[in-house]
Amino acid sequence: MSTAVEVQGVSKRFRVYHERNQSLKAAVMRGRRAKFDDFWALRDVGFDIPEGGTFGLMGENGSGKSTLLKCIARILEPDAGGITVHGSLGALLELGSGFHPELSGRENVYLNGSILGLSRSAIDARFEEIVDFAGIERFIDQPVKNYSSGMYVRLGFSVAINVEPDVLLVDEVLAVGDTAFQRKCLDKFADYRRDGRTVIVVSHAMGTVRTLCDQVAWLEHGHLRDVGPAMELVDTYLDEGNATHEVMVGGGRRDGTGEIRVEDLRITGPGGGPPVAGEPAEVTVWARAHERVVSPVVGVGIETREGFVLWGSNTKEGGVDLGTVEGPFAVTFRCPSLPVHGESFDLLVSATDSTTAHVHDFLREVVRFDVEGPRPAESGGPLVLLGRWDVAHGRESEDPRFRR
Amino acid sequence: MLTRAERRSARELFVNLTMREVRGKYRRTVLGNFWSLLNPLASMAIYTVVFGVLIRINPGPGDPSGLDVFALWLMTGLLAWNFLSAGVSQGMGALVGNAGLLTKVYFPRWVLVASTVSSAAITYAIELGVLAVVLLLFGSFVLPWLPMVLVVAILLGLLGFGLGLTLSVLNVYFRDTQHFVAIGLQVWFYLTPIVYPLALVRDAEERLRTEEGLDLPLEELFMLNPMTHFVAVLRNLLYDNRFPQAVDLLWCAGSAAVAMVVGVLVFRRFSHRVVEEL
Repeated sequence: MSTAVEVQGVSKRFRVYHERNQSLKAAVMRGRRAKFDDFWALRDVGFDIPEGGTFGLMGENGSGKSTLLKCIARILEPDAGGITVHGSLGALLELGSGFHPELSGRENVYLNGSILGLSRSAIDARFEEIVDFAGIERFIDQPVKNYSSGMYVRLGFSVAINVEPDVLLVDEVLAVGDTAFQRKCLDKFADYRRDGRTVIVVSHAMGTVRTLCDQVAWLEHGHLRDVGPAMELVDTYLDEGNATHEVMVGGGRRDGTGEIRVEDLRITGPGGGPPVAGEPAEVTVWARAHERVVSPVVGVGIETREGFVLWGSNTKEGGVDLGTVEGPFAVTFRCPSLPVHGESFDLLVSATDSTTAHVHDFLREVVRFDVEGPRPAESGGPLVLLGRWDVAHGRESEDPRFRR
Repeated sequence: MLTRAERRSARELFVNLTMREVRGKYRRTVLGNFWSLLNPLASMAIYTVVFGVLIRINPGPGDPSGLDVFALWLMTGLLAWNFLSAGVSQGMGALVGNAGLLTKVYFPRWVLVASTVSSAAITYAIELGVLAVVLLLFGSFVLPWLPMVLVVAILLGLLGFGLGLTLSVLNVYFRDTQHFVAIGLQVWFYLTPIVYPLALVRDAEERLRTEEGLDLPLEELFMLNPMTHFVAVLRNLLYDNRFPQAVDLLWCAGSAAVAMVVGVLVFRRFSHRVVEEL
């Protein structure tokens, strides 16, 4: 397979200023601009990105994945090493950047298209498709400052994705737009793949990475940790994340209208430690209501790695009314004895209105956890029944305890 | 090295960004693009009243045109100054003002500076066109000189572009630059014989020598200012209708070349890290 992008020994240094000062006075007084330390955002990172398919860059916040993406996009210049891109390059780093609010949608399509490297005739040819994809035919001659934020983003995305470069860079943009539009985008990515184009995605949403990417590069503190098939690396990553009880809210798959946002989610076992089968466990949800919501319902669930829901319940079923919420709030579910064991369970969480029909927020695959086995051990399947075995020999089997 | 496709797309981007500047500037104003003519008309009125009527500066009739209208004499210099000053100050803000774009998309960065200068050039071209018509009506036969005016205007644009390139980078590193330059431009304006003739400087030098015993080479100092030469050349062409002096033309070409070389070198050297400093 041929290579779309070669990343060769890339290092990138940032200056971390102690006293950020951009005034000339300060510079003259000290004889220099400001004290700074070097911070290596990337250190000698090298790998090849194969042509065709979707490639993910993953890692914690601050691991250097976005920096690397910006280096590939030529926005930042590496201090050492080099990046070779075979074919044309397009970046979806921020949608609608470069829109002029006073100009109409039509004028902005041409402007933004040329920022992204499209010629006028190429935009002419794609204009209808762009407007159609964004779904804003009626407003195309309105100034974009009158657009809703959704329309703005859709138009920006539509222009960018219709540039159809050989290599497309995407940075967390799927976090925006409603579900229908997100699906449209995923379809478009699939088209790209079919055409043999390469999509490079940066995400810390592990659900997205796992479903979208074929291959991933895993960055850790600016160093390359590993390159390989997405499934394997994501699972290793999530398992390790669990070992340090890291929670990745904001990742996974997210849905909902956003009046309430879940901010953090955790499952703990005895004494706040890791969950243990057969022992008490607690699931805690920290959320924030961005507006007044009356009697919302918060639910949690446990599913297996394969996506099979083992259990789920919510505050309504539990007979609890949350009353009126506004701002931060938290909900805890306590179970006297955790009836599962094994590796790699995912938590899911939802916040809905009082009827549970309207979804404010819904998150899957955001927290992965292992449950230590019960003592004595039960080996088959994920369920823990904590039963007791009894044996009878000879006439004892006629004992009332074993009566048929 | 740029590929052909990159050059093509840089050119299209340049055109589109220029149009963005031109179209966006007077959006939502009732008078629209008339503003680009009203502004110089207003300053013409002010300067004519203050310097032509009150202070009674008299530049003398154009030779050989015989034209003797202070307002027109003023405008031949003032419009050129407005062009340079708009090019420099808007070019200077081009990088900082487009931070959102620079941190998200790659494209040749100089295009931003170039498009602000060229939008100022479009304004200047329109103003010059109107001025040429008015000059014709007042009896200055400017038509044969217009091609040369165009050449000088391009040199003036390059001077502004070169300065804009340097200052745009400097402004990213030191935001003081824009405030300094605002003052600097005012000083520069009054040190250029725009609202007064160079003869006034000569008189002052003479007076200082005879009355105060001060031997200051004032006129020579003024001659070190490239704008003095640009204004002189444009006045020769538009107001006097005669071929400008070779030394003035050399100054125009030379200063434009120096500004461009410095601008390109500074921009090449520092524009790589601009995104991190924004």
